[in-house]
Formats: sequence, structure tokens, C-alpha cells
Amino acid sequence: MKEELLALKEEALRCVEKSEDIKELNDFRVKFLGKKGRLTAILRGMASLSPEERPVIGKLANEIKEELEQKFSEKASELKEIAKNARLQQEKIDVTIPSKIFVGHKHPLTLVLDEIKHIFLGLGYEVVEGPEVELDYYNFEALNIPKDHPARDMQDTFYITEEILLRTHTSPVQIRTMERRKPPIKVIVPGRVYRTDEVDATHSPVFHQVEGLVVGKGVTMADLKGTLITFVKTFYGQERRVRFRPSYFPFTEPSAEMDISCVACDGKGCRVCSYTGWLEILGCGMVHPNVLRNCGYDPEEFSGFAFGMGIERVAMLKYGINDMRLFFENDLRFLEQF
Amino acid sequence: MRVPMKWLREFVDYKGSAEEFAEKLTMSGSSVEAVEYVGRDIKNVVIGEVLEVKKHPQAEKLLVTRVNTGNRVLTIITGAQNIKEGDKVVVALPGATIEGGKEIKVQNLRGIESEGMLCSARELGLDDHGLPEDMKNGLLVLPKDAPVGKDIKEYIDLEDAVVEFELTPNRGDCFSIIGIAREASATFDIPLKAPFSITAERRQINEIPGKVRVTVEAPDLCRRYIARIIEDVKIEPSPLWMQRRLQLCGIRPINNIVDITNYVMLELGQPLHAFDYDKLAGSSIIVRRGKKGEKLITLDGKEREITEDTLVIADEKGPVALAGVMGGENSEVTESTRTVLLESANFLGSNIRRTAKRLGARTDASMRYEKGIDPNLAEIAAERACELVEKLGAGRVVKEYADVYPEPVLPKKLELRVEKINELLGTDISKECMVDILRRLGMGTEDEGGRTFVVVPTYRLDIAQLADIAEEIARIYGYDNLPSTLPGHITTLGLLNEGQKLEDEIKATLTDLGFSEIYTYSFISPSAFDRLKAPMGHEVRRAVKLMNPLGEDHSVMRTTLLEGILQVVKFNLNQKQERIRIFEVGKVFLPKALPLTELPNERKVLGLALCDEKQDFYHLKEAVEVLFSKLKIKNYRFEPDLHFALHPGRTARISVDGQVLGHMGEIHPDVMENYDIQDERIYVAELDLELLIDRAAKEIKYQPLPKFPAAERDVALVVKEDVAAGSIMEAMEELGGELLEKVELFDIYRGEQIPKGCKSLAFSLTYRAKDRTLTDEEINEMHAKIVQEVINRFEGRLRE
Repeated sequence: MKEELLALKEEALRCVEKSEDIKELNDFRVKFLGKKGRLTAILRGMASLSPEERPVIGKLANEIKEELEQKFSEKASELKEIAKNARLQQEKIDVTIPSKIFVGHKHPLTLVLDEIKHIFLGLGYEVVEGPEVELDYYNFEALNIPKDHPARDMQDTFYITEEILLRTHTSPVQIRTMERRKPPIKVIVPGRVYRTDEVDATHSPVFHQVEGLVVGKGVTMADLKGTLITFVKTFYGQERRVRFRPSYFPFTEPSAEMDISCVACDGKGCRVCSYTGWLEILGCGMVHPNVLRNCGYDPEEFSGFAFGMGIERVAMLKYGINDMRLFFENDLRFLEQF
Repeated sequence: MRVPMKWLREFVDYKGSAEEFAEKLTMSGSSVEAVEYVGRDIKNVVIGEVLEVKKHPQAEKLLVTRVNTGNRVLTIITGAQNIKEGDKVVVALPGATIEGGKEIKVQNLRGIESEGMLCSARELGLDDHGLPEDMKNGLLVLPKDAPVGKDIKEYIDLEDAVVEFELTPNRGDCFSIIGIAREASATFDIPLKAPFSITAERRQINEIPGKVRVTVEAPDLCRRYIARIIEDVKIEPSPLWMQRRLQLCGIRPINNIVDITNYVMLELGQPLHAFDYDKLAGSSIIVRRGKKGEKLITLDGKEREITEDTLVIADEKGPVALAGVMGGENSEVTESTRTVLLESANFLGSNIRRTAKRLGARTDASMRYEKGIDPNLAEIAAERACELVEKLGAGRVVKEYADVYPEPVLPKKLELRVEKINELLGTDISKECMVDILRRLGMGTEDEGGRTFVVVPTYRLDIAQLADIAEEIARIYGYDNLPSTLPGHITTLGLLNEGQKLEDEIKATLTDLGFSEIYTYSFISPSAFDRLKAPMGHEVRRAVKLMNPLGEDHSVMRTTLLEGILQVVKFNLNQKQERIRIFEVGKVFLPKALPLTELPNERKVLGLALCDEKQDFYHLKEAVEVLFSKLKIKNYRFEPDLHFALHPGRTARISVDGQVLGHMGEIHPDVMENYDIQDERIYVAELDLELLIDRAAKEIKYQPLPKFPAAERDVALVVKEDVAAGSIMEAMEELGGELLEKVELFDIYRGEQIPKGCKSLAFSLTYRAKDRTLTDEEINEMHAKIVQEVINRFEGRLRE
């Protein structure tokens, strides 16, 4: 029986050796070590052995079984590894093939407005909107621009009827907001505005503005300056220099225009800034007492500031765009750059 | 407003450069557009006296002259014919340069050396409009007393810096040399000078006895009217220095009288008008409103209609001038004028503005009246003009004059509230400092009962209240010197509302899906509705019309985004773009009544378009469904429908909870043809963005995870082609009730084993109960019931 066991072991080891895949190996394993396998069959003959022989043979049989289990297991790991490597080899792909992504792009005016909104949201402003077809009252009269006022020439207007027009600025929303709410008010107003300008590189009959309005007790012109300087340095960079020039808007007093050092030449003077070193970017001022009164606010109690800028201009400076028509032409080759 | 620096310096003692002047005045509120240097080219050009004029022996058309230039007598050849011995002329010496930089050299002309050149007005950069005919065609001949040898640039102020201001409409008082001088005086704190003295006696009389009678019938439109008479008028060109100044300010010289009126207007800001007195019927001036049917031919030769709102100057027969705008031809000053009536008046700005606008005649005068003029200036200007008339020898001024000024304007007094001003500016400026700034601005202060008052000169029409005083103080103090703070005490929340957040989210989702955002004009052409095949009378055609559009193509407010979107698709197809996916979020304008009696309904609309060979209806539908998913909108439906611009078999009406949001579909081939787009298919969607946002789930409520297992059953049904898969799914959902968790369409098959005109739809149905595990029997029974009912309803059969 001992010979029988040793022969089985030799044969089994040869089989393990010649196994080429995991299935074949498993088949051999079942054949030799399975419940109905040959080792079990041999051990069944143990009963006929003498009591002296039995423990010796039993021990040998266990040793052989353990050794074979070990070999089968080793071989199994080896074959798995080979198979895995073969698979990895086979599954090789060309990682240089480009993907087919196709993403869309927000319009540059939206991007710029989003950034402006973001800054002012951080400063505690809400975003409000108003109608584009507007009453003469809100667009002009309530803003201290009566009929036949020469300031109406500053904004050439599209009319629908004598009293209804396309708003020429976002400022009417100042009035609508003050009428609807109570101070403190801190809002920005983005929106589309219209003027009867013929189309060229720097003019468009349709364009966009963002307006700001703060009204409360003790709001000062210094607050206006600080707010706008904070905005400019955040938007255009800390190194930008800023200057405020006296100006005139019928709905603010005092009024100012804010210039920033030219973004193209850093103030040295170039074509972009007409060799002045400065770029005019927004108009602003303290809300005119007549405007406050028109909204039912007592200028002795409340004060406020307002500012407004053209979004196209901001975008043109930011992205180096030199022709306003591009914004409304919607050439995908243009839009896809943003 | 153009300001020659030399003229300005007659009024203010400014010694710095023009650049510094421009910079500082810009920063104190008078914005400078440009500084222009004139006459720099002209060098070595002097005054000479013609000693001898002879014909050139070799050339008929040339003259040989001998000219005394002070230290030398030169021989100069000229082609001009308008000179004689004794004339004073302008000589470009050898080596001189003239306007444009051309250099003058000694030159041999037909055997004779010409030692320089005699100059015409234009060669000096002068406008020759106001010169006699022979000087326009020939040489500039100077007055007899012109000093021989003197540099011409010193004689006529040829070289100067002209500062061009872009003035704001509130500062009518700055539209003059004296106005800018006052600003300079305040800005640099240097005194104003008085270059002439006015010693007029105040009168309050409406006639110059025996000569003219002034009647102001419209005192609401004419606050003051002064008439002066100039006799023994001799019309001739004005002196060169005056012509030069007018020209530098952009006004053409005409003759001495007209030039004086313009000169005074530029200098002081008061428009003046000269009438030919002898042409005024009845020696009377009547200031009145126009009468219906009246007409006047104005100085520019145009016949103007006069309305009842037009202020006119009339004589006994009818209008002779449009007040404040332009004079009439019937009373024009000409070479034969012997007596002039000079008007210096104050008309109401808003009325003048209306008339000038109506007639399209914005003149230098009307532009100044519009902005408002100090009535007290009328007298000073009239006096200054008379002074110039006498100085120039243009006529003899009658001492008496008419002045109708029923309500004289006196300086306003406003309280100087130091604390309040500092409160508004955020500053801590002392009272002394404020008083000093006001002094620089020509505003005195008076103390009265413990309070201080600012005396506002009558020319400062813009100053009416505290804020105006605050601005004056701030701008001279320097805006850049104000502190910068943040309004920290105004605490508010900076938040977007739900709608704004969702709008941003929609834009972000669409760009992620490959759609690029476009911006198109809000006004479109009314022909767009024809292109889009909108039926006559369809509400989309009810568009708000502009009264003054830039052109027919931009004349109505859009009621749909489709026109803009299709134009953009077409534009990009023309640029050879192959994958076009675009969207626009924009307003449409829906009138409640036409013509508008109230503001229209403005709706934000989302438009989508897709034009790509490899994509179809379902790609666009996918995008819309992704949006619904993002907005957590569940109960939406796409149902077959018709839309005028869309393919009748490929149009869906999109609704949520029964509310229609809009349509999507393929553009109708006829519409494609109308837009001249060939061999392409365009898919579009147009949805009411506000409804979309309104339907979005604003709150998220957690649903407990299912505790019991689900079971799936598949079924393939053969139905006729025109049966909509969506209807079957809706029917299944309805029949399945609570236990049917989900229905999915996972295959559509046409071909072998399926009869022609039919299709096979394969669905997967998921069953689950909330409170127990469903048994196989239960599920099979329910599934069989659903399948059978669907087969009955849609006349289908099971696919074997």
C-alpha cells in the first residue's frame, strides 16, 4: 500500500506539473484528492492493514495529501497569475486616442455678469430685475429727468408710445426697488438696455448694464468710493489704480465717474485708453435728494449711493475684445473661447 | 466746447501748460476730450509791405514783387493778382514753413529768383470764409496799419493750444470762455480778470422812443428781452484776430456784425441775434407763440413750419425769427444793412429744445438756451457786443435801449450745513475750508442769526439744494481726497433667490450638455412671422412696435426666440460649423392690448436649437429631460401636437402637471426654405422659463429606502406604428397603481417577424410593495392583467 501511495503521489505531481490552465488543474485535483478521488479509494483499503501498519500508512497518506494540496494550491496561484497577465496583456488599449467631449460655453457677457454678481453677493447685495419696456416716469421723470430736460440727450431713446419706451438704463429699477422696499437696501440690478445707436465696433442699440443701489441711514460718498474700489480691485486685480472724477447724472448729486488705470498698458498710455492711461468704466454718485423724495424717502433721514456700468465694456476690457458686434453675432468660434 | 488758451488767459491769470490745465480741470469736473495745438507748423513768416509790382517778363500769369520785410527787401514771385504797391502782405521767408509743414525755399521761376513766398489765408491755416472774394482766390492782404517785419504768429495769434471740453448739460454756464475761466479760477485758486468793463445803466423800459417797441406776449417763455439799435452800420469782414478765434472755436466768420454776435456768445455764453432793422415792419418786436399756418424761411434757406408751441420773434407782419433757434431770411443782415437791431434775450430752455428738436435745427444758440442761461447775462452781453461794435468801427450804438425784464432774478441763498455735508460725503472738512472753497467758486457766505448762508451767483442755475453745495465742496476739495470706507453698518444678506439660482443652474446644465449660450436682439423684423409661417391673426404676431426703430428689421419686440435662434444657426452654418447646439435665455414681450396702454407682459423664455448631422429629435428631447431631472420636475409629458413652424409629425407639446411650458420639434421644411437653409435639419425647443422654474421642486423630502425586494417582468408588444410608446407607458402606470414602481422602454424593433406598419416595443416593469414581499403569483397576475388591458386598448399583441 505504501508503494501504491507513493506511485499516486508521483503521478499526481506529474499531473500538477503538466496542467496548463486552472480547469485542468481542478480536474486533476478532484481526480486525486476529491471525495471520490483516488487517494480516498486507496485509504479505503486501510481497514485490511494490520494495527501496526495502520498509523504508519495513515501518517504517510496524510503527509502525501498535505503535500499534494500544497502543490495544487501553488500551481493554482501560478496559473491564475499567468492567466491574469495574459488578460492584462490582451486588454491593452491606446490611451492616446482623444475623447469626444463636446461642452457648451456660457456667453462672455453671462460670465462677466456672474463674476460681478459673485463679488457683490459677497458684499451683501441682492440681485433684482425690472422690466425692459418701461414707463417714461420710471426711466426719466422719477430719476429727476423731466420732459424737455437736456439730459435726455445723453440717452437716445426708443419710444413705443409717448409714455412707454425701451429703458435706456437699468436705473428705473432703483425707483421700483425703493418704492417696493424699505431701507436698508443693497441691491445690484443687471439687465438689458436700449439706445438708438447705430451698430459699430463700440455701439449697439441693445446692450447690458449692471446697476448698484445702497440706501440707508448714514450712507456716505466715502462708502461709495470704498465699495467701488473693493469691486475694482477684486475684479481687475489689486494692482489697478482708481480715480474718481466729478461728473453729472441727473439722478445723483454729487456725481462721479470712475476711471481705472488702463488694463492694456497699465497706465502708460496706449490706443485702448486713447493715450490717457485711464479707462472710464462706471458712473456713480449719491442718490439725488429729489429721487429720494420721489420714492417717498426723506433725504434728511436717508441717503444712498448708486453706480452703473456697461457689461459689454467690462467684458471687452477683460477679454481684450475690440468689436462689440461679436457679442450679438454669436459665431460659435467666438463663443467657444469662453 | 473748444477753448483757445490765449483767449482764456484774457479772463484768468493761468500760467501753466495746456496739459496741466486739461488734467486739473478734468479732475475738478470739466472733462477734457482733447488738447489740440494749432499753428505749430508756421515758422519764419512775417508781415511785409509791397514796394513794387511788375509783370514777369517770361510768364504772363506771374507777378514779380519787391517786398520790404523790415530788415531786407526781397524779390518774390507770385501767381496771385490781388495786390498792389503799398499793400501789407504775409511773407514766408526763405527757410520758412507754412501750414502743413511745407518748407519755402529760394526758387528760380522762369529766370528770376523768388526769395520766399507771399501767403494766402489757407497757407496760414486760416478759414477764408469771412474774407472778400479776391482774398479767397488770392493773397491775404492785411490792414494798412499792420507792422512791417512782425512775426505773423504774434500779429494774429496763429499759434495756440485749443482745449476741447466735453461738458455736462447741467453746467450751461460753462459753455463759454468766461465759464471755463471761472472753473479754472476755482480749480487753481487764481483770480479772474475783467478784460472789459461794463457800465450799463439798468433800465426797465420797453421801447426806444421813436425807434423800436418791444412787446413780450409770452412772458412764460421769455424772461427777458433786450433790444439795442446800431446805426450807420458798415458791413465788412471782421478783423483777422476775431475771425481766427471764431474759427478755432468751430464757427465760420461771416461779417463784422454777425461775427461780433458769435464772438460774444462764445465769450460769455449769451446767444445774440442781429436783425436788419429796416426790414422789420412797424419798427416793432413782438415775442409771442406761433400761430397755426405760419411759416418762416430761416437763415439756412429752409422753410419751417411754425406751431402754436413755437416761440417766435415777430414784427407787425409776422415772424422774423424762431426765438433762440435761428433767424429768418426776411430780416437777415446783409452787405446793404445800414441799421441793426441787436437782440439779447432769455428764452425758456425746454421750449427752445422742443422747437430745435422738432425742426432738426440744433444750433449753437439753441444748445445754450436748452441748458439754461442766467437772465442777468443778457444785459452784459448786449453791452459787450456794443463795445465791440464801436471798437471795430462797425457802427454807432444808440445809447438808449429797450429791456423787458419783469421779474429780475436775484442770487439764491442756501444754508451751509457743515455737519450735514460732512455726513453725506463721509468727511470731516472744517467750516473754514468749506467757506474758502466756496470763495474760490465765486460764492460768498453770509452769517445770519448763528447760521451761515451761501450766496449763489445767478449764473449757477444748477445749484438749488444742499447736495449741490456738497458736490461743489467735494469736487474742489478733490474726489480723490475723500476717504474710502465700506458701508459696514448697512448689514444685509447677499443671496440669490430660488429663481435666480435655478436660472444659473439651467444655464450650467445646458452648457454641460454641449449647448452654447447666445444673445440676440430683443427687437426683430415683422417679416420674421412670415418666415416662421405664423398664421395671420396668431397671437405670436401681436408684437409691440417701436415708434422710432433703427430700421424695419429691428422694429418689433420679439414674441418668440425662434427668429433670433434660426438666424444664429444659419449664420454658423455659413461659417461651416457642423455641430451647432445653442440656447438663449431672453425675454419675449406679450402686449395685453395694442397699441400699448400699459406695460406688456415680459416673459423669460428658454430657446434651444440643435443642428448636427449625427443628432436628431431625441437628442434634443434628452437635453430637455435632463433639465427636468435637474430641476426635479417629475410629472412632465411630451405629447404630439402641431406648431406652425414645426414638422407636423415631429412636434411635441411639453407640459408639466397639465401646464403647457412650450413646444419642441423639427423645423418645418417650408420654414427652412424661408430661411434659405438647405440640406439640414434643425431641432428647436422653446419653453417658458418662468413656468419651468415655477414647476421646479424647491424642497427635497427624503423617501425611506425600500425594505422589500422588487421584481421585474418584461413584455414585448407589437403595435401599429402610430401608437405612441408614451401612451402605452402611461396606461401601464395607471393600471399598475402603487405596486408598479417603474416602467422602462428598453427596445424598439422593426423588421423580420414584425408586420409592415407595426413595431415591437419591449418594456420592463418593476413591481414592489412598500409593506411586504410580493409573491410570484400576485406579480404574475397583475402583470398579465396589465398586459392584457394594454393589448386591448392599443390593439396590439404579444410578440412571440
